[in-house]
Amino acid sequence: MHELGITQEIVAIVSEHARGARVTRVVVEIGTLTAILPDAVAFCFDLCTEGTLAEGAKLEIVAIPGRARCRQCGNEIALAHPWGLCACGSADLEWLAGEELKIKEIEVL
Amino acid sequence: MCTHCGCSDDATPTVTDLQSGQTAPAPVVHVHEHGHDHDHAQDHGQAHVHAHGGTTIRLDQQILAKNNRLAERNRGWFLGRNIVALNLVSAPGSGKTTLLERTLRDLGGEVPIQVVEGDQATLNDARRIQAAGGKVVQINTGAGCHLDAAMLGRGLQMLDPPADSVVMIENVGNLVCPALFDLGERAKVLIASVTEGDDKPIKYPHMFRASALVLLNKIDLLPHVSFDRARFAELVRQVNPTLPILDVSATRGDGLADWYAWLRDQRARPERLLE
Repeated sequence: MHELGITQEIVAIVSEHARGARVTRVVVEIGTLTAILPDAVAFCFDLCTEGTLAEGAKLEIVAIPGRARCRQCGNEIALAHPWGLCACGSADLEWLAGEELKIKEIEVL
Repeated sequence: MCTHCGCSDDATPTVTDLQSGQTAPAPVVHVHEHGHDHDHAQDHGQAHVHAHGGTTIRLDQQILAKNNRLAERNRGWFLGRNIVALNLVSAPGSGKTTLLERTLRDLGGEVPIQVVEGDQATLNDARRIQAAGGKVVQINTGAGCHLDAAMLGRGLQMLDPPADSVVMIENVGNLVCPALFDLGERAKVLIASVTEGDDKPIKYPHMFRASALVLLNKIDLLPHVSFDRARFAELVRQVNPTLPILDVSATRGDGLADWYAWLRDQRARPERLLE
């Protein structure tokens, strides 16, 4: 549900930075450990851009996979979910990647 | 609908002061003022790269930056008044409001507690808090599934809680969206209950990760439901290894002394503006 609000934020930020120019492409980074569904953002994007400078713009969502370091043994592991155990049994993980929620760049005409 | 950025002004959130009965709009987080007169300096430090006929502008901008800024403003406001603000989060029906009513009745004489209620609609919860003796404002989010920092800021203006008090923010019953939106609170307190599944921690890991305390409510019903307390604790550990769990019953009173001790401890350790 919150993807609608998130997408409205994206469109607002993009429109501000476009400064009156037509936006043709928007690149967004979404970490796989965030509670944001890329498909839902893509669905909302067409609705939210209607009648704006970004109408018809191509949305590219770059998924950033989750990665963490175990604070017990120092091992680095891939995280498929926002929780997990290191092979050593510890759940004390420092997240290194996967929490991104960022507008990377836009292309304007 | 705003044609500039597509924001909707339907179903505008409102905030209602239960003391005066007055209702006012509560603006949602928004990155621009309406009117859209953007006066930027010509050189604003953005990297421009020309490619494929278009101009690429590198932004590297956090999407939730605006909410986070407003949350920090609320946090400073709490700090200046030495207020402990707690963001109470849970699924619908976990017993948040009952727990608040009980806390107000048990601690109201000792600790000044004021309440911000968040729901999509109705003043029902605020009326319950008012009946329990608490000063309260109700934020109705309309179409929104969570409180954001701008709504809370508006609610605080209306509530005007005194220095050295505790502000309980009862968020919209939802274990997903409120995890993303910092309100400027000291801590999130997650209320779970044994009538929900014991796998809630890994079904809603973001909220369990973002919280500083779990109150496991309705513990008096444990003999009657198939809730595995040990499994719940193990899954909490996997999501957030340092997250404490207190077993409570807001109706029968079990474990509430521990919750009140946690609350007193928070008040005894004021945050400092400069560490």
